[in-house]
Amino acid sequence: MPSIKELSKREELLTGGHRACAGCAATIIVRQVLLAAGKDVVVGCSTGCLEVVTTIFPYTAWKVPFIHNAFENVASTVSGVESSYRSLKRQGKITRDMRFIAFGGDGGTYDIGLQALSGAAERGHRMLYICYDNEAYMNTGIQRSSATPIGAATSTSPAGDKIPGKTQYHKDMTKIMAAHRIPYVAQASPSHWNDLVKKVEKALAKDGPSFINIISPCHRGWRYPMEDTIEMARLAVETCFWPLYECDEGTWAITYTPKEKLPLSEFTERQGRFAYLKDHPEVYKSGQDEIDRRWLEIQALAGIGNLCVAPCEEAGDSN
Amino acid sequence: MGEERRVLTGEHFLTGDHACAEGGMAAGCMFFGGYPITPSTEIAERMSLRLPEVGGIFIQMEDEMASMNSILGAAWGGWKSMTCTSGPGFSLMMENLGLGIVLETPTVLVNIQRGGPSTGLPTLSGQADMMQAKWGSHGDYEIIALAPNSPQEIFDHTIKAFNLAEQYRTPVLVMSDESVGHMTEKVIIPPREELKLVPRNYTKKKPGEYLPFECGEDEIPEMVKAGDGYKIHITGLTHDKRGYPDISAEAQDWMVRHLMNKIQKNKKKIIEVERINMDDAEVVVVSYGISSRVAHRGMDLARKTGVKVGMLRLITVWPFPDYMIKELAERVKAFVTVELNFGQIALEVERYVAGKAKCYLVPHAGGDVHKPEDIAEAIKEAAK
Repeated sequence: MPSIKELSKREELLTGGHRACAGCAATIIVRQVLLAAGKDVVVGCSTGCLEVVTTIFPYTAWKVPFIHNAFENVASTVSGVESSYRSLKRQGKITRDMRFIAFGGDGGTYDIGLQALSGAAERGHRMLYICYDNEAYMNTGIQRSSATPIGAATSTSPAGDKIPGKTQYHKDMTKIMAAHRIPYVAQASPSHWNDLVKKVEKALAKDGPSFINIISPCHRGWRYPMEDTIEMARLAVETCFWPLYECDEGTWAITYTPKEKLPLSEFTERQGRFAYLKDHPEVYKSGQDEIDRRWLEIQALAGIGNLCVAPCEEAGDSN
Repeated sequence: MGEERRVLTGEHFLTGDHACAEGGMAAGCMFFGGYPITPSTEIAERMSLRLPEVGGIFIQMEDEMASMNSILGAAWGGWKSMTCTSGPGFSLMMENLGLGIVLETPTVLVNIQRGGPSTGLPTLSGQADMMQAKWGSHGDYEIIALAPNSPQEIFDHTIKAFNLAEQYRTPVLVMSDESVGHMTEKVIIPPREELKLVPRNYTKKKPGEYLPFECGEDEIPEMVKAGDGYKIHITGLTHDKRGYPDISAEAQDWMVRHLMNKIQKNKKKIIEVERINMDDAEVVVVSYGISSRVAHRGMDLARKTGVKVGMLRLITVWPFPDYMIKELAERVKAFVTVELNFGQIALEVERYVAGKAKCYLVPHAGGDVHKPEDIAEAIKEAAK
């Protein structure tokens, strides 16, 4: 793991001057990922904010080979690129050691792109898939996705008389990918850059598919002051809304444990999208309970807790 | 829950997308399954606010394939349903548009067209999905597609699309474009009692007697109401009148002919056009959607220079008004087709003109609209 000093000497592979909103986490994440990956990578990017803001005509912000895809298929396209590379490598026509990274937002990963991603993981392509999860369809104007947390208002889960924002929990995408039993799966946050960089290095070293889900705060969609992006990412980690963990060759580990797990409200009360939760304590509680369950589950998987949560205690009583 | 919020009678200043959503509401839509895609997203957003007000359901699905199937499911569940999309989403819906046609499902699909192919021009206009609307799903079929040219018309056409869907038991397309979807104009929503709505054609036959694909001379089968005790079987496989799979050339011949005939036999009842300056016209401009508004200006410019030019504005693009073109071809000099593509509906015009008049196309790749002067020039050239 290189020090921050060493990393700062490396070439930036996503240039400045792109059109991301000030305070966008996605481009910070890409820069951290590419600092860890180095220049010998091919990047695929599904349709979404990241593609739009980094490739505005007649410019590109990418200093590495880049292939844009439709919304649902970055994992499939990179599957093809990686396969042809392997063939050319075998034939001795390419000598450089290349890596392949696919970037998708939560829409392109959790929703429309899930099938393509699952297929690529099962086939075993040597590819790192990075999801920058900003928890809604930000590019089209903040519609809910299956990554949007419960109680968050979006333009298609508007909080009001009928519903207090989204009424479902967010999909546990990282565990879905772990269930594919691929060599490396992790969750990361740009607030913990050293943890993130280390995970990217580990993932790229695996001779097979890997997946890293990275929380990507979006002040336009989450409604917080733009300078608080990294703070929001940090609070997501400190509240265990977004625990930092990995599943490395089947071994689960929590890579950062908050000194004191903060209540979810530290995260939600700073964001306008959760404004309606003030009047809906039952929705807030439901969200907190789910976060607690998931945190306990991760601890159990990492071997530092009991996998059985509430139902086990009841079973214990009857024994 | 408030049915009083169903029809927002009055004068409004609305975008085409919002007017489309209000058209769906006024038509009695109870279910919207959709997926965000520019430039149609505002329809979904408005429906997510409006449907809960009348006890309807809005679901954001996980992709466009799911969206299209959800509206088919909702229609068979007994509700009027719709979705909206654009470019790439329309492509993804194609397989299940075919399913909707084969199941003869009344539902409405709105395409706010943008520039293609692929991701193309998400925020800019296009009309290059017009042939895809007719031929995009595999197999032979006929489709009904409308092409509104203003927010008022997309409101009216969305209602009309729901009516046609019920009348002919088929998915109906509203093939609008980004320009109309995103322009803001006056929209008058009439009083509820003045709306002409076609209710679902429920069978009077008893359970046991009813067959889901049986039909009379008009080729239009009846529907059943979910929960009324009818046992039905419907399938995407080639099927007989019972809806049971019948994998034979004979069944295929019956089914495909029936799907084609029910639209073709009734096309004079379905097709609607607007004729402008046609009495003395020697040159006919054929256009639709946003292009027809620019073409109107082009026609006026050409008229000022003395060219006898009229316009056949297609309100219904599919089924194509072939008989009108054939009839005009006998007496006019030339046709000028104006559309935001490199010649799609122009091919249909040529096909039915069949060499009896000159045919011109004013092509445009999309991303903008034509310049009226370019259209006027083409008209003058055609009049020579």
